[in-house]
Amino acid sequence: MPILTRWYIRTSFLYLLASLLVGVAIATRSQLGLPAVFGALGPVYFHLFLVGWITQLIFGVTFWLFPKQKDEALNWERTGWLAWFALNSGLLLRTLAEPLTVFNPGSIWGWGLVLSAFLQWLAGMGLILIVWRRVYTRDRTRR
Amino acid sequence: MPTLSTYFVRLALVHLALGFTIGAFMLANKGVTFAPWLWRLRSAHIEVLLVGWLIQLVLGVAFWIAPRFWQEPVRGNVTGAWLALVLLNIGVWVVAISTYLVLSPALIVAGRVLEASAVVSFAWHLWPRIVSREG
Repeated sequence: MPILTRWYIRTSFLYLLASLLVGVAIATRSQLGLPAVFGALGPVYFHLFLVGWITQLIFGVTFWLFPKQKDEALNWERTGWLAWFALNSGLLLRTLAEPLTVFNPGSIWGWGLVLSAFLQWLAGMGLILIVWRRVYTRDRTRR
Repeated sequence: MPTLSTYFVRLALVHLALGFTIGAFMLANKGVTFAPWLWRLRSAHIEVLLVGWLIQLVLGVAFWIAPRFWQEPVRGNVTGAWLALVLLNIGVWVVAISTYLVLSPALIVAGRVLEASAVVSFAWHLWPRIVSREG
């Protein structure tokens, strides 16, 4: 299993745990008297789960299982690391900036969301670029 | 990878690119409002990513890696799988466009029926391949 895959899979499991903990915090907010900011974590909860856990896990496994091209023009490992950094920094920035923007509209945190959106989009395009080149047929398995 | 899987996976990646792009604009717009109408794409964003990306990827990989038969045709009758590819993609777009343009609820139902039909069609293909090594 490539090192990149291990990092993607391990990081994805951290997001699974984080998303479930956020889910618990949202569900028990009123009983535990948690700050109102926890009430704005709904979108963060879903995206930690669907982007941080599922999408990151899928790409980690894809790097490992999908067939490699013999003439890899793109340095896929380097792109994969850059995408890992962009995806995770973008997602963590969103986790912080989204609830803070709800409670401080028009603040600098709004630009944090813009940066988060750009980082996650960049990561997504990088990952798609890597995997796209690995989706091809070989004559013996074409059927 | 078989030809049909390449179609499934590449279409899934196209939907991922579209879903991430819509999502990025929506998130940026949440931080610094520049196009309030973007919020109307929320349902399309969810549809494109959950069905167009995730489910489509799963079907494509399942067609590739599920056990094959010893004799030709090694993947059995593939008509159901090809039909699923067509039905799923039409279904996603019918639902996504209908929710964005706020068209008739009947169109959303039609899109969902197409998606469900795709799953039934794919299951029709895959069911005989879900076997143990002993058969």
